[in-house]
Amino acid sequence: MTAGGGPRFIGRPWARVDGPGKTTGEARYADDLVLPRMLYGKLLRSHLPHARIVRLDTSRARALPGVHAVITGRDLPVRFGIMPTSQDEEALCLEKVRYVGDPIAAVAALDEETAERACEAIEVEYEPLAPVMSIEEAVAETSVRVQEHGDGPVPNVHKNVSLEFGDVAQGFAQADHIREDVFFFQGNTHLPMEQHSAVAQYDAAGRLTLWTSSQTPHYVHRALAKVLGLPMSRIRVIATPVGGGFGGKSDPFSHELCAAKLAVATGRPVKITLTREEVFYAHRGRHPVLMWLRTGVRRDGRITACHIKTFLDGGAYGSYGIATTYYTGALQTVTYKIPAYKFEGTRLWTNKPPCGPKRGHGTPQPRFAIEAQMDKLAEDLGLDPVAIRLANATEPFTRTVNHLRITSNGLRECIERVAEASGFRAKHRRLPFGRGVGLAVSTYLSGAGLPIYWNDMPHSEVQIRVDRGGGVLVSCGAIDIGQGSDSVLAGIVAEVLGLAPSEIGLVTADTDLTPIDLGSYSSRVTFMAGNAALEAARKMRELLVAAASAHLEVEPDGLVVGDHRIHAAAQPERGVTFPEAAALAEARFGTLVTVGSYRPPRLAGPYKGSGVGPSPAYSFSAAVVEVAVDPATGEVRPQRVWIAHDIGRAINETLVIGQIEGSVYMALGEALMEEQVFRKGLHKIPSMLEYKSPTFLEMPPVETILVVTDDPEGPFGAKEAGQGPLLPVIPAVANAVYDAVGVRIDEVPITPDKVLAALDQAARGGVGRVGPRRVPPFRFRDPIKVEPPAGWSVPWRRGLPVAGGAPGLPDDLPTGTAPSDARPRDREAPEEP
Amino acid sequence: MLRLPPFTYLAPRTLEQAVGQIGEAGPEGMLVAGGTDLYPNMKRRQFEPKVLVGLRGIRDLGRISGTPAQGLAIGACATLAQVASHPAVAEGYRALALAAGAVSTPPLRNMGTLGGNLCLDTRCNYYNQTYHWRKSIGFCMKKDGDICLVAPGSPRCWALSSTDAAPAAIALGARVRLVGAGGERVVSAADLYRDDGMRYLSKAPDEILVDVILPPADGWRSTYWKLRRRGSFDFPILGVAVALRSGPGGVIEDARIVLGAVASRPVVATRAAGLVMGQRLTADLIGRVAQAASEPAKPLDNADLTIGYRKRMARVYVERALRELAGLPYDGAPGGAR
Repeated sequence: MTAGGGPRFIGRPWARVDGPGKTTGEARYADDLVLPRMLYGKLLRSHLPHARIVRLDTSRARALPGVHAVITGRDLPVRFGIMPTSQDEEALCLEKVRYVGDPIAAVAALDEETAERACEAIEVEYEPLAPVMSIEEAVAETSVRVQEHGDGPVPNVHKNVSLEFGDVAQGFAQADHIREDVFFFQGNTHLPMEQHSAVAQYDAAGRLTLWTSSQTPHYVHRALAKVLGLPMSRIRVIATPVGGGFGGKSDPFSHELCAAKLAVATGRPVKITLTREEVFYAHRGRHPVLMWLRTGVRRDGRITACHIKTFLDGGAYGSYGIATTYYTGALQTVTYKIPAYKFEGTRLWTNKPPCGPKRGHGTPQPRFAIEAQMDKLAEDLGLDPVAIRLANATEPFTRTVNHLRITSNGLRECIERVAEASGFRAKHRRLPFGRGVGLAVSTYLSGAGLPIYWNDMPHSEVQIRVDRGGGVLVSCGAIDIGQGSDSVLAGIVAEVLGLAPSEIGLVTADTDLTPIDLGSYSSRVTFMAGNAALEAARKMRELLVAAASAHLEVEPDGLVVGDHRIHAAAQPERGVTFPEAAALAEARFGTLVTVGSYRPPRLAGPYKGSGVGPSPAYSFSAAVVEVAVDPATGEVRPQRVWIAHDIGRAINETLVIGQIEGSVYMALGEALMEEQVFRKGLHKIPSMLEYKSPTFLEMPPVETILVVTDDPEGPFGAKEAGQGPLLPVIPAVANAVYDAVGVRIDEVPITPDKVLAALDQAARGGVGRVGPRRVPPFRFRDPIKVEPPAGWSVPWRRGLPVAGGAPGLPDDLPTGTAPSDARPRDREAPEEP
Repeated sequence: MLRLPPFTYLAPRTLEQAVGQIGEAGPEGMLVAGGTDLYPNMKRRQFEPKVLVGLRGIRDLGRISGTPAQGLAIGACATLAQVASHPAVAEGYRALALAAGAVSTPPLRNMGTLGGNLCLDTRCNYYNQTYHWRKSIGFCMKKDGDICLVAPGSPRCWALSSTDAAPAAIALGARVRLVGAGGERVVSAADLYRDDGMRYLSKAPDEILVDVILPPADGWRSTYWKLRRRGSFDFPILGVAVALRSGPGGVIEDARIVLGAVASRPVVATRAAGLVMGQRLTADLIGRVAQAASEPAKPLDNADLTIGYRKRMARVYVERALRELAGLPYDGAPGGAR
């Protein structure tokens, strides 16, 4: 059998399946849910950044009319955390508070006003402790301890990592030129439109149901079981449509556990919706990272060695921080051939809301550093920024010095096409003062290669049921957080079965009804759930074709699954409709259910810490930003952004372009204005008014170029689009500012006062730079020394058939605003890696 | 979500009723028009009035009458969107049209009123925070506490005048009509304000700002420049209103330069304005005037961006505003545009 006439949806633009519900207001978000007899919950949060709880008296709150329950840390004493090695969070603080906003008690009442009054009626007596508020303070502090666990050598170190690949000393010895630079990337937050919200219900039979705005319902499920002491089989977690996540809804949160506990305590449904201020406290956003970067290059620009030190301001709890720490060192080698590489990183405890994963998870900070430094190295060597990147760009089907496996790789094409589309070579150093262009590149995972907790099971599973009326129901644990995972599932199944995506029924992210998906994080859903859906759909197609074959008396190979029909290739009129095929198949095989699952290949290298960084495939991006800088006000205004993204192949071009434009928008905010800053132990500006994030008036036009590379393991060749395109934009802005007015702002965000300060310095004959001058003295571990994989930089294979039944896939599918011209693919038989 | 505290809402149909009701409510009462600033502040407990007297139902309070040649009267309940787009305002009182059009966002300008913006509460990033936040840092004297967190040694509150309309109104020589139980009085817009972050209006709490009276626009040209991080949403961290009246040959016969968001009240740069009297505007003179105008600006660390930056921008923005009116080339854009 063959797919008739090439793909009907894959690689093309089409309307997202959840669009009508979300645009008309019909979609029910967590806070829209109202259940009979529902109570409203509120959390009392710490007023101090660091203190011991001496006395906690809830009696006045309990006595208020309308208050149904008040709980404290004693009611939920079991610690939890997203990473198995960082089980350091309490749903409600027992002995100590560690940041302003740390939850202490929870109340359920008839309405929100009463719950709020009850929180105010709770008496808390604190013994204040000295707060630790910065990277420098955390490194220097010897007596005050924010957290009980750590990795030394000083009290406020959460993680201390050192890895060395290849001979770094020798690499630097071979260099013709070496640069050392120091950079700072300020923390920022996700700012989703939807505040976190959860509704819990505990029924008479003793089953708990939690509806929650979460990117990771499975991990919430596990945390609920652990903290509430209930078996997972008695808990059902339903992820409601998520109104923006960006990584900020990937942890199990206090309000979810408290809503559940309050529901158990009262026997009534309980809803807790965070205020905007509380969302700033829940945080888990971008870590502030101080970075020192030393790179050696030959005269022609080729890198001989690279050494990076990163200092992460982690906030008060672990969250994903161990993974974040490794991510600050993991992916530099995926864009550039670095023959000798050393990474030292540390995550520090501070009395601030915990940092965690935000779009790009730990990689935008070092990407900013290395791309700004590449710009400086190019200038030092008299090369242009395009040339130095092409000189170092990694190749398809190679490995990196730190044992990461690269499959499809469109980096070179991304660089060339974005340079051409933007006219970079004609503009760079040639625009009038105040105008400039900057280039940067990046890479990102298509899903983390390893799960968060060790297990051998699939990362994603899909079940498809077809009924005798031709209805198709796809079940999967994946949650659509706006990135379009529902559309990916529907699009893949529709493509294989000859239907339209809008005709596919979906049940998603419900732990009772759907098989597992680990969650919408690490850009994993298109790749992993997509492959699972593809497998299940192909199995279903086989059943339908087999039944049609018997009925039509045509061999399966002679049948085509076409537009709502299965028919003979030679005689299109000889066929059955899709519902007829379904009925024939049900008569022949019984209930029509097929399943598919996906588990990434084993990719971790032979060293401790190798679990962070591997991915079955990497996306690549290159961006050029053109800016106008007002030298009298220091204001930086992006004029236009060109971005080329190696998507593998788009499942839905509209959604891919949407993800890329959204990434550009978020990146510009981080580059120019967003910062999570603290004063006197408090978040300085926890509101959408004063936490400055761009409006659409600040958004320049974006030209997107999709580069098609057809990854051999991605479903229909697809790779990720949700995070990678954010990465190059931030350093491209910094490099463009330099091109415009000749000053280096080695610190994000690039605010107008920094630009003016640098211009003043330059006008006085100084270097014209704003940024940190040094990193604090710190004793990293002795490095784990790792030999690079043998022949790591030599391509290990070229060209492969594409997962997803490439038959019928033409090479000239539309690819965004520019036509596709993926390099010709060699279709030799694959070799095993 | 943050909830409004309970209150009684009164909807008078006449000014007399409103005056009676606000007088009767006493210190527990507040006036509300668009409510775009008041209601969010109530949610954060900056204000906890028991009675709100709503002015929107009073006929004629939203009327704009007159002509630039005779002078204009703008009712206090005219929305900022109406003021920004009214042809007579745009023709004769451009600074006010630009200022009104630069307030917040389009939906809020459709609700917010000119009177509301003129009476806008002063702002400070230690004050415009939730009750939880303010309790955490320790309450300030403007609400619930007794010290100023910006300048802890200071006996007074340094919250910032953040109205866009006021600098423009003052530069245009506007007067405001106030009606209270004791009758009616008309004061100059400049005299509406006091240099105190807490008691920032000379208007009594039970007086109602009824309308804004603009003098004949004959010969005046004006502009308003606003510094803010984004092209929408943000309150000014600097406002510059300039009005000039030129005589034959381009000689400046009268000039007013007013800075907003640099102190607890709009600051009238009298000395700087004096430098242009009887002169023709040249690039050199403009530079000196801008320097002089920025001298009274004394920003504190209670708004967006740094003190030094905001101080420095006062000079840049006055210079740009004057160059615009002088017909010289300038960077940037007037109003709230970026």
